[in-house]
Amino acid sequence: MGPITRRIGTLQGPRGWAVFFALIAIALLVPLLNLMVPAGSLFYVPDYVVPLLGKYLCFALLALSLDLVWGFAGVLSLGHGAFFALGGYAMGMHLMREIGDRGVYGNPLLPDFMVFLDWDHLPWYWYGFDQFWFASLMVFLVPGVLAFVFGWFAFRSRITGVYLSIISQAMTYALMLAFFRNEMGFGGNNGLTDFKDVLGFDLSTPGTRAGLYVLTVLALGLAFLICRFVVKSKLGRVATAIRDAESRVRFLGYRTDRFKLFLWTLSAMLAGMAGALYVPQVGIINPGEFSPANSIEVAVWVAVGGRGTLFGAIIGAFTVNGAKSFFTGWAPEYWLYFLGALFIIVTLFLPGGLVQLASRVRDGFTGGRNRGLRAARRSARATEGETSHAT
Amino acid sequence: MQLEASVATAAPPAESVADGTLLYVDGVTVSFDGFKALNSLSLVIDPGELRAIIGPNGAGKTTMMDVITGKTRPDEGTILFEGGHDLTRLDEPTIAELGIGRKFQKPTVFEALTVFENLDLALKMDRRVFPTLWATLDRTRRDRIHQVLETIGLAPRLEMRAGALSHGQKQWLEIGMLLVQDQKLLLLDEPVAGMTDSETEATVGLLLDIAKNRSVIIVEHDMEFVRALECRVTVLHEGSVLAEGDIETVQANDRVIEVYLGR
Amino acid sequence: MLRLRTLIALLIVALVGLAPLAATAADGDEEVFQAALKGITASSFEEQLAAIDTLAGLGDPRAVTLLRALGGGMLQVRKSDGALVVAERDGRDYILSDPFTGEAMGTVSRRDVDKITVNNALRGAITAALSRLALFDPDVAKRREAVAAALKYPSPEMATALNKALEAEEDADLRRGMERALAAARISSPDKAERLAAIETFAGSSDPDIRSLLMPLQDEATESDPEVRTAAAEAIKRIDNRLALFRLVGNLYQGISLGSVLLLAAIGLAITFGVMGVINMAHGEMIMLGAYTTFVVQEVFVAALPPAYLNYYLIVALPVAFLVTALVGAALERGVIRFLYGRPLETLLATWGVSLILQQVVRSIFGATNRRVANPDWMTGGFELVGGIVLTYNRLIIIVFAFAVLIALAALLRYSFFGLQMRAVTQSRGMASAMGIVTGRIDAMTFALGSGIAGAAGVALSQIGNVSPNLGQTYIVDSFLVVVFGGVGSLWGTLVGAMSLGIVNKFLEPYSGAMLGKVLVLVFIILFIQKRPRGLFALRGRAAEM
Repeated sequence: MGPITRRIGTLQGPRGWAVFFALIAIALLVPLLNLMVPAGSLFYVPDYVVPLLGKYLCFALLALSLDLVWGFAGVLSLGHGAFFALGGYAMGMHLMREIGDRGVYGNPLLPDFMVFLDWDHLPWYWYGFDQFWFASLMVFLVPGVLAFVFGWFAFRSRITGVYLSIISQAMTYALMLAFFRNEMGFGGNNGLTDFKDVLGFDLSTPGTRAGLYVLTVLALGLAFLICRFVVKSKLGRVATAIRDAESRVRFLGYRTDRFKLFLWTLSAMLAGMAGALYVPQVGIINPGEFSPANSIEVAVWVAVGGRGTLFGAIIGAFTVNGAKSFFTGWAPEYWLYFLGALFIIVTLFLPGGLVQLASRVRDGFTGGRNRGLRAARRSARATEGETSHAT
Repeated sequence: MQLEASVATAAPPAESVADGTLLYVDGVTVSFDGFKALNSLSLVIDPGELRAIIGPNGAGKTTMMDVITGKTRPDEGTILFEGGHDLTRLDEPTIAELGIGRKFQKPTVFEALTVFENLDLALKMDRRVFPTLWATLDRTRRDRIHQVLETIGLAPRLEMRAGALSHGQKQWLEIGMLLVQDQKLLLLDEPVAGMTDSETEATVGLLLDIAKNRSVIIVEHDMEFVRALECRVTVLHEGSVLAEGDIETVQANDRVIEVYLGR
Repeated sequence: MLRLRTLIALLIVALVGLAPLAATAADGDEEVFQAALKGITASSFEEQLAAIDTLAGLGDPRAVTLLRALGGGMLQVRKSDGALVVAERDGRDYILSDPFTGEAMGTVSRRDVDKITVNNALRGAITAALSRLALFDPDVAKRREAVAAALKYPSPEMATALNKALEAEEDADLRRGMERALAAARISSPDKAERLAAIETFAGSSDPDIRSLLMPLQDEATESDPEVRTAAAEAIKRIDNRLALFRLVGNLYQGISLGSVLLLAAIGLAITFGVMGVINMAHGEMIMLGAYTTFVVQEVFVAALPPAYLNYYLIVALPVAFLVTALVGAALERGVIRFLYGRPLETLLATWGVSLILQQVVRSIFGATNRRVANPDWMTGGFELVGGIVLTYNRLIIIVFAFAVLIALAALLRYSFFGLQMRAVTQSRGMASAMGIVTGRIDAMTFALGSGIAGAAGVALSQIGNVSPNLGQTYIVDSFLVVVFGGVGSLWGTLVGAMSLGIVNKFLEPYSGAMLGKVLVLVFIILFIQKRPRGLFALRGRAAEM
């Protein structure tokens, strides 16, 4: 393991590590300012901010997981929301069981919606979810296994590019329809909600919320390092090569389907983790999370930030969701205009996302006259080689 | 003429004949929507042999490479590697792992990676997923890459993105990748296409050097280049072998003149 | 007692089949009719009953208004001449009218008329009589209803009426129904041979109502004769088989109907995605825009033209919708998509953005709620094919329309100069350009064509569903699957893909419910694409390796 630990040290340069820890420290400051500083103080962070930022962090984790497959292996999933939702449902099922007899119907075993449906026993797939460790395992296992099976079929049959995007979208669509059914035993339309506590901590207290928030920050940090480790490894370079010229990689003797399958499954598990952290913080999970529109929105987070950079995905998730919160408060009817325009502008003018924009600005790139369609076309042509793999 | 004898005819049972050959292609037919890209093609390559394959456009040269490397499945026919492995049943990575390397007509290097990284990917190593994840470069392998970098003349550019290389440099990088891959048989599709004369000359030297330790099949248009290789030549036409022999014999063949040289 | 006697008498008349004589006995009938009118005014309840029965049996349409008035308590006797009148109360007086012609007969005081009292038993008899009389109604639809009711509630009295009605009936369909209803009455006959004969008649039926009529005959508790029971069981089995076949036909029709909807939704994609290779996620919104254009055209018709023209608004809406969406499509191609050729994933994201904007535009203009688009008269209603399978005109027209669009498009691609240019550009852009084709214009036109077809599909889909901003979203996943399943670039594949998905969906539905059926189909396609990534009708060879 000697060389491995050494490699972890070289995941990023000294400046990178400094920024990394600084960001984590700043992120961890938020709950402290919420809990320790008296309300009314200039530094006080209001209660609602903590779960809101926690939600963004979960989205950032989801975006990170998509960037791993899209940015590095060229696999654009339009169904990552499914993995996120499955992780969320796994956690939600545990929180449901935690309610115990405190539900409206007071049934110690069955969640309220089952009592309402006149069910007399717990479906077999709900067994074990009363145990936190089991639920936590399922958070990774369920999306992981689904991704593995789906990916195994898809990559083996060499489904690439838009075809893969379309069937991954169909996958999440099918799951959405299935989860809407009451008979499935996941609460149908309403999903799972009315959670009380997790591991004995009351979910409504600021303390628990701060705890969940801290956990999410650490999870995102860890996931970032894992992704970084993967993309910095030789496997990461194989992935990039697959993205650019898959058949060539095959002729080099690499089983590209297995490499993609590895990244795909890892990515799905990270997305599942994001969903599991998301559910206790927002207090609900319902089939809407499976909707194809949600999954495709994740792609725009990554694109806005800059794909293939990992931290770009995080920046993108924060930027777009921040904008969403802003619009929801200010003028909700303009949100879709904004989001739609974002999709178009980023693909046409900013293929490298905010990260590329920032580096151009840093390199003394003076925008002005070079902006606009001509510049976009030029950069589109420049990246054509990288993206033509999708055909 | 001795030539007539070597034009492939009906072959006896595969096993006996294929023994001792490196690549044994017999009666391979590939058709796309009725068009026969390969029509009962037969070809034998011995270990250590350098072979040039020429033919007009649409003669089936690229399809032949596709079939040998597992990209295209033939409708019928046998392809045996080292007398035993049936290549018609294997996919590209397996065939590559058996020891067949391929260079495309259009240079395909991984443009987003550096020259060094391109060679690193091609380096003969464990190609499974997890070993690749944990892989580190030891000194001997690093030295090997540097050695090849010297050979292909790209040592000063090892940190350069491959996408920024010139056309000729990309061709060389690809040849370098084949070198570090250390294959038993190399299939080269027009390795000097788009090169200047001096570059072509250097490439010929390089290829002859490579051919010392392994078998090489070169597909080429350029007759001067083929002449410089001083090797056995196979002429393809409409998916099957038209003639085979040294360059003078082939060039003297009436049918070859008719379909290829005479045009 | 009188009633029972009348019953038996009538029953005998019916069974013996005296009916054929009735035509020659028209004068006799008139006498009976007049006598029955007298009977209605009789003081004895039994006589009244018998009179009503007689009136019903005669099948004289004049009796209908009379009996209605009687049932409504409005039939009275004018004291002056004993004539039957319909009396409508007006303050203290009554306005009189003739019970047969409705002719006004002046106003009289309350004392001048005698009310014929009606009790519940009489009212029941009147209802029964009216239902029998409905068999003679001049309106075909009314008669059809009456026959259906007669089949459901067979009775000997009904048998008499049916026999009578059969003489006059000219509609073949109705005659068949009446014969069947007669047989239904025979089922309750005490005579075994009679019952067996009735069963024999019914074995060829495909009516669930008849099946339930036969049920008691195969039951030991209600039928003592084993021979009848076997015959009944046999007949039920044959009916079941036929019903199963009809269900099959019904499912098939529903499947084709769904398939034609999918075909309409996907056919534009077959152009933009199949021919041009452009993933247009805003394709669904083109359908939606087509549907909203239909709505706008309808509103313009309502506002600007006399109501009579409303029936033809669709004929105007179709080209308008095509033009509107084609223009939007051309703008989309020139404004966004052309910068993204060769980058399908980016195209996908950008067009998704366009779809979000289009949805919001429509939501801002028309509101988020559903808009109603009315079917014109010629698209409402339907006809019954066999055994309860109703083909509604709107679905039928959409099936025809879908095929027409497909054929027109195939012809356009194959025979028109534009089609030739289009195929040239798709196959070899550089070469086409060298031949002097302005590829950019062909791209825009091709995309406009695909979008325009989506708009036309929107016109059709507005006729069978809600028109809402989310309309397109419901079709987008399905239509992509159809194209991918059928094989990209093949119109024929799109047709087969749409039809097979539609039919499979409808056949799964009864077993698994609508939603699970959809899920199963999706899973099937996902698995299918694994096996044949290029769809059913895949191109092979170099062309496939785009």
